[in-house]
Amino acid sequence: MFATKRLQKELIKLNEKLPPGITLVKADDLKEWLMDIQVMDDNPIYKDETYRLKFTFSGNYPIEAPEVVFTPVQTPSRPIPLHPHIYSNGIICLDMLAREGWSPVHNVESVCVSLQSMLTSNTKRERPEGDDKFVKYNTRRPKDINFVFHDNGV
Amino acid sequence: MDSDDDFNSSQLSDDEIMDDSDVALDDDSDFEMDQDDMGFDSQDKDIKPAKHAYEVDFKVFSPQQIQSHQDKQIEEVSNILGQPPEATAILLRHLRWNKERLIDQYMDKTEETLESAGLGESSESNPPKLEKIAGFVCDICCEDGPELDTFAMRCGHRFCLDCYRQYLFTKIKDEGEAARIRCPGEGCTRIVDSKSLDLLVSESLKDRYHELLTRTYVDDKENLRWCPAPNCVFAVECGVKDKELMKVVPTVHCDCGHYFCFGCSLNDHQPAPCSLVKKWLKKCEDDSETANWISANTKECSKCNSTIEKNGGCNHMTCRKCRHEFCWMCMGVWSEHGTSWYNCNRYEEKSGSEARDAQAKSRQSLERYLHYYNRYANHEQSAKLDKDIYLKTEKKMTQLQNTSGMSWIEVQFLDSASQALQQCRQTLKWTYAFAYYLARNNLTEIFEDNQKDLEMAVENLSEMFEKPIDQLQGLKVDMLDRTAYCTKRRIILLEDTAQNLRDGMFSFELRKS
Ligand SMILES: [Zn+2]
Ligand SMILES: [Zn+2]
Ligand SMILES: [Zn+2]
Ligand SMILES: [Zn+2]
Ligand SMILES: [Zn+2]
Ligand SMILES: [Zn+2]
Repeated sequence: MFATKRLQKELIKLNEKLPPGITLVKADDLKEWLMDIQVMDDNPIYKDETYRLKFTFSGNYPIEAPEVVFTPVQTPSRPIPLHPHIYSNGIICLDMLAREGWSPVHNVESVCVSLQSMLTSNTKRERPEGDDKFVKYNTRRPKDINFVFHDNGV
Repeated sequence: MDSDDDFNSSQLSDDEIMDDSDVALDDDSDFEMDQDDMGFDSQDKDIKPAKHAYEVDFKVFSPQQIQSHQDKQIEEVSNILGQPPEATAILLRHLRWNKERLIDQYMDKTEETLESAGLGESSESNPPKLEKIAGFVCDICCEDGPELDTFAMRCGHRFCLDCYRQYLFTKIKDEGEAARIRCPGEGCTRIVDSKSLDLLVSESLKDRYHELLTRTYVDDKENLRWCPAPNCVFAVECGVKDKELMKVVPTVHCDCGHYFCFGCSLNDHQPAPCSLVKKWLKKCEDDSETANWISANTKECSKCNSTIEKNGGCNHMTCRKCRHEFCWMCMGVWSEHGTSWYNCNRYEEKSGSEARDAQAKSRQSLERYLHYYNRYANHEQSAKLDKDIYLKTEKKMTQLQNTSGMSWIEVQFLDSASQALQQCRQTLKWTYAFAYYLARNNLTEIFEDNQKDLEMAVENLSEMFEKPIDQLQGLKVDMLDRTAYCTKRRIILLEDTAQNLRDGMFSFELRKS
């Protein structure tokens, strides 16, 4: 499979060394990995919290972007971070994860770092517009949703 | 009459019905004329001239015509630039078929223009090639080794051949991209030119790539659009620009029979402008929970409470038990419909005193929305029922002829009536979205009167389909009259509205959520 060698290499690297605030939780196979991320500065919105990310890889990874969502856990506490581009069901609206914004040079680590910085720079304690309806009615996979990336400055 | 104009119409043209309604409908000579025309006319049609304010000029193209247009343009520009046709095609695609811009840029900065399209001096002396590089590690697959074939465009982002291939395969096969596939490097905007592509991909993928390139000709041209009907291969040319879409609703009619909006590709939505349609559809989707539209086909008679089933499109209901006649939409007495003081279509704003607090206001705005939404949805539903009942009628009539050996019953008039009904309900449906956003002024009443007149005409025609089959032949003249009247009312409404829209006489409250 196309993704195999690349994912094996990534895994070796993730086991060796990771940037601060990023931890590998589970990578039993080459289909689905769990990562934890924390925000390293003291942005009060995310202080003292840890968030769980679920990566799902297709056989065509990294030509195709992985599916990346926040996933809630009770114990240990892993909530869904409050952010105007993160829906309360964990779906993330980030151009890097969409077809047009993805480059096969990106990897699990660079996605985690991007999400960290997306949280760090945020000052708004809000969910995306229409969060309720989206969470209730959306049945599409994240990659099939046409997000409009209007304000990437957030 | 100028037969060119009717080349595409599956039914009689509006004008005929308007001008001489009694004669034209019985006369089928037009159809014969159309067929005669096909021989010489299909090659190069003139733009159909607009006759009414609500019509726009447009032209339909076959795939062959699109190809030859493209070839013609390439040849023309090729002569001006002194570049071979293949290179000219690349340059034109690179600049999204903007001929003037290409010529300007080329004359101004020849080398730069060639370079940015991947055709630079260097690419002549130094064509794209595969290389083996010592110490190379591919950033995509992490493979390395001295025997690895690698490729990079002039941006220098180098990847192994397998990865480049897989990347291009995904872009072309899965994502349908062609003219603007970017380098896989992070943030790199360099476009993969067709020479590099020819080096990298298999023959079968190349075919698909060139097919997609041809499609970009239509995609890139502001005045061309693919017909959105499933499996339709035609493209339509129309000069209406995006910025004019608040003033004109450009409905076009493809040779496949499909009517669609050139501005947004949705089904014909006259008289409502595109932006309003988009907003309305979004609202209906968002409010789908609150809307009380019930598609159930039964209601209770307001007089005797017996259950009444609606099995046709007509909204003029008669209770079987007590013969009470009422309107399905508003449950009001039917005899009052169409009189000057009764308005089923108009929403009566409650006086200000009733809506002082926020809660009352929000209830009122919901009521207002439901008034328009229910009528919009009802016409959509009724159009379906009209069609069902027509199809049933047609089938029964054919059966009757086959089994009883009855003489051939002319059914063309039923078909025309059914088509007119569909078209008029479509228009009516959109008048309600239009009215919802329309800011009240002195024109509102005229609009609502037109709407009411068309609505009555439509219901009067629709009820004919519920008559027993054996009576239909005898009702032919009546039916033809009602069909003509419907079409006439529709034209009046569209004409009036289009004219006022063009003249900026309407204002819309688009912030209304
Ligand atoms: Zn590679
Ligand atoms: Zn590049
Ligand atoms: Zn078509
Ligand atoms: Zn439109
Ligand atoms: Zn009754
Ligand atoms: Zn009514």
